[in-house]
Amino acid sequence: MMRLELVKRPQRSMLFSALSPFIAFGLTIVAGAIMFALLGVNPLSAFRIYFIEPISQVWQLHELAIKAAPLILIAVGLSVCFKANIWNIGAEGQFVLGAIVGSIIPVFFPQFEGPLVLPLMLLLGMVGGAAYAAIPALLKTRFGTNEILTSLMLVYVAQLFLDWLVRGPWRDPQGHGFPQTIQFNDSGILPELMPDAGRANWGFIFALLAAVAIWILMSRMLKGFEVRVLGSSPRAGRFAGFGLNRMVFFAFLLSGALAGLAGISEVSGAIGQLQPVISPGYGFTAIIVAFLGRLNPLGIVAAGLVLALTYLGGEAVQSALGISDKVARVFQGMLLFFVLGCDTLIHYRIRLIGLAAPKLEAAPKLKEAR
Amino acid sequence: MSANHDSTTLLEVRGLTKIFGTLTACDHVDLNIAKGEIHALLGENGAGKSTLVKMLFGSLEPNSGEIFWNGQPVRIASPGAAKKLGIGMVFQHFSLFEALTAAENIALSLDDGSPISSIAAKARALSYSYGLPLDPESLVGDLSVGERQRIEIIRCLLQTPQLIILDEPTSVLTPQEADKLFETLERLRSEGKSILYISHRLEEVKRICDRATVLRHGKVVGHCNPRQETASSLARMMVGNEVKAVVRAPAEGIETAPALLDIRALTRKPATPFSIPLKNINLRVRAGEVIGIAGVAGNGQGEFFESVSGEVLQQDAGSVRIRGKDAGGLTITGRRLMGAAFVPEERLGHGAAPRMKLSENLLLSRHATDGKAFVGSGGMVKSGAVYSASQRIIEAMDVRKSAPDPEAAALSGGNLQKFIVGRELDRRPSVMVVNQPTWGVDAGAAAHIRQALIELARSGSAVLVISQDLDELFEISDAIAVMHNGELSKPLPIAEATFEKIGLLMGGAEPGHAEHTLETA
Repeated sequence: MMRLELVKRPQRSMLFSALSPFIAFGLTIVAGAIMFALLGVNPLSAFRIYFIEPISQVWQLHELAIKAAPLILIAVGLSVCFKANIWNIGAEGQFVLGAIVGSIIPVFFPQFEGPLVLPLMLLLGMVGGAAYAAIPALLKTRFGTNEILTSLMLVYVAQLFLDWLVRGPWRDPQGHGFPQTIQFNDSGILPELMPDAGRANWGFIFALLAAVAIWILMSRMLKGFEVRVLGSSPRAGRFAGFGLNRMVFFAFLLSGALAGLAGISEVSGAIGQLQPVISPGYGFTAIIVAFLGRLNPLGIVAAGLVLALTYLGGEAVQSALGISDKVARVFQGMLLFFVLGCDTLIHYRIRLIGLAAPKLEAAPKLKEAR
Repeated sequence: MSANHDSTTLLEVRGLTKIFGTLTACDHVDLNIAKGEIHALLGENGAGKSTLVKMLFGSLEPNSGEIFWNGQPVRIASPGAAKKLGIGMVFQHFSLFEALTAAENIALSLDDGSPISSIAAKARALSYSYGLPLDPESLVGDLSVGERQRIEIIRCLLQTPQLIILDEPTSVLTPQEADKLFETLERLRSEGKSILYISHRLEEVKRICDRATVLRHGKVVGHCNPRQETASSLARMMVGNEVKAVVRAPAEGIETAPALLDIRALTRKPATPFSIPLKNINLRVRAGEVIGIAGVAGNGQGEFFESVSGEVLQQDAGSVRIRGKDAGGLTITGRRLMGAAFVPEERLGHGAAPRMKLSENLLLSRHATDGKAFVGSGGMVKSGAVYSASQRIIEAMDVRKSAPDPEAAALSGGNLQKFIVGRELDRRPSVMVVNQPTWGVDAGAAAHIRQALIELARSGSAVLVISQDLDELFEISDAIAVMHNGELSKPLPIAEATFEKIGLLMGGAEPGHAEHTLETA
C-alpha cells in the first residue's frame, strides 16, 4: 500500500514560478503530439497546420486579434476576482447578458443613428454584464451561497434567455424565420482598425486598455492592495478595515462589466447582430487565460493570444485534416491542467508514503518546518 | 560524554542535528537524561527546543546524530515508535476533540480497541492517584484549559512511559493550577520516571528541576544545576548577554487624567458554540497609564480585543468610547481615525499579511490614518513615502531582516512583532490596545517592546495590554484586571496586586472583590 502526500516546499523557486506557463505549454505540445498520433495524423504536420499556418498572413493576425480580444477583456476582470479569492466562473453568462442589454438600442431603435449610438451600446453592455454578475455577489453576501455554483448556473440561464429572445420576441420579422435579430445599423457596428488589412476591430484596443488599467489598479492603487490583502489573508484584511462583502461586489461588478463589454463588442464587431450562439465559450476559456497569464494583466495579454490561436488552429485542422474542432477544447483543457499542475508542484512536492516503515534518511520531513 | 552505558542513564543523545533549508535548528545537540530526574530544557523561542523534542518523539527525523535508550542505539521513526519505547509527550497545543468526552478522546489515542468504559475507569483511577482529578464523562468543550491539559497528561500516563516530555505546560495554567502540576511531577519522579521539562520560565525551573540543559541558536551552551543558579544567570545563558531591565517611572497625576478609552457594560453573545460571551465589561484606561488584563488563555480575551478594535461592531455605540466619544458603532478604520491603535495576538495572517512586504504591511493598518501621506490623488499609493516610513520604523525598533523590504513571513516572530508594534507606535496613538505584546518574542526584543509601551503611556496615551504572561504584566502595568469566563474583574492597582491575588482571580474567584482605588478618585 502506498499513498501520495503533498508536502509544502520551504521556499518557492522564483525561476520556476516564472517558467511554469512555458513548461505547461511544452507539456501540452507533447501530450498533443501523442493525441494526434493516436488519431492517425503525423504530429509534425498537424502542429504546422494547428499553430503556424493560422498566423502566417496578415489577415489571419487580424482574426487572431478578434478571438483574443474577448478572452483578454474577460480574463483581466477575472484576474481581479481570483486575486481576491472570489470565484466568478460565470463570465460566459455575463458576456451574453452584456451582448443582450447592449443590443437593446440597435434592435429597438434601428432608426437611431449617429456617434452616440456606439458609446451608449458599450455602456449598456457593461451595465448588463455587471448587473448579471451582481446576482451571485448578492447571493453570496446575503445568504452565504457558493459563488462558483451560482455564477456557473446563471450561465445556462443567460444562454437560454438569449436563445428564447432571438427565436421569439427579438426575431427579425424579415429574417425568413431564422433565429436572429435584425442586422445592426452602421452606427451600431464597432469600426475595424485597418479595414484594408483585415477584420480586427476596436475590441482589441479595449482589451489592451483594460489590461493596462487593471495592471495599474492592482500594482499601484490602494484598491488593488485591498484586493490582494483580502485575497491572501482575509483576517488581516479585516484588521486593515477592508470589508469582504464590499470586495465581493467590487470584484463581481468589475469582472461582470468587462465581460459585458466583451459581449457587446463581439456582437457589434465581429457578428453584427444577435444570434442563438454568440460565443465559442470565451467566458470559460478566459479562466484558462487568467491562470496561464499568472493573473497578471500583462501576462494575460500574451496568454489570450495563445488561447486565441487554439481556436483558429482547431478550425484549421478541421478543414485541412478532417479532425473535429473539439481538438481546440482538448488543447485548452490540457493547458489548464498542466499550468495548475506546474503551479502545484512549485508550491508542493510529492512524497510517496509506504505503509511499511520508510527508509528515507536523505529526505528530511519538511511539513513540520514553518 | 562517555560512550559506556551507565545504568542510571535513561536517554542519551549525541550530536543530534536537524537542518531546515539554510537554518540549522539543532546543531550537534548532546543531552543526557537520568532515571528519576526532572530535566529542564531551557532556551528562548527559536533556540531549537521544539525541534529537539520532536526528534525525540519521532515526529521529525534528524539529519545526523545518535539516540541511545537504556544504552541501546535506537531510531525513533514515528510517534508510535516513541510510545513503544516508553516516551510520552504532552504538547503545548492540545489535540482534543471538543465535541467528545474526555474518555473518548483518550480512547482515540490509545487505539487498542479496549471499551470506553474500561478506559474511563482506568483514567479516573489514575487521575485521582496523581492528584489530577478528572471526570472522564465530561465533554472537552465544557472543560477549562487546565482540565484539558489533565486529559493530555492522563492520556500520556496511561501508556506507562519511562520518559515524559512536557512542552511549556504552565503557559496555560493559573499559578495555583501550576502548583498542583508540580506536585504531580514530583510524585512521578519519586516513582523513578524521568521528565523532560521545556520552559522559559526560570523560577519554576529553579523550583522543580534537578538539572538543566540550555540551548541557544540550536546549540547546547551549558548544562547546569538550576538550583545553584540565579534567575538572571540562567537568563544570561539563554540570551547570551545581559537583558536590560524595563524601567517604569511612577505614573503621576493619573487620578485626574481623562479616560481616553472607556468601556461601559460591553456585552457580546458568543459567535460560535465554543467562543466565550462577554458579560458586562467595564474598564477605564486614563491618559498616562498602562492597564494590564491577565487571564488564562481562552477566557474571552480574543473576543474582547475584537470588540474593542472594531473588527466586531457593538449594538450599543456607547459601550466603547474613545477620547470621550462613542465608538461602538464605528469600524476599526473609524476607531483608528479617532486616535486608537491595535496590535492583535496573531502576527501572521492577522496583524500582518504573511506574503506581503513590510512596507505593504505598514499600509495595512495605516492607509486611512495616514491617507494624506501614503495615498495620492485617485487612490494611487505613494510607495516611496510608504517605503521610507517603513524604513524609519525598522530603524526605530531595531528590526533585523535579511533584505531591504522582505516579506513579513521571512522575519522571525520577534522581529515581526517589533515591526507591528513599531508600526502603531510610529503614529503616536492616544489609545493603544495590545494583545500578547511579546508572545514568542525573545527576551531582548520583549524588553524593548515593553519599554516602548510604558514610554507611550508616560507621554500621555492610554495603553491597554492583554497578556497571559503575569511577569510581563507586573513589569509594565499600573493596574491589573483579570478576565475570566468573559467577565472582567476590577483593576487592582499594582501596589496591591500580588501573584496570589491575581492567580485566584484567574481561577475564577469572585470578580470585583477588590476596589480599584483609582476608580473612586
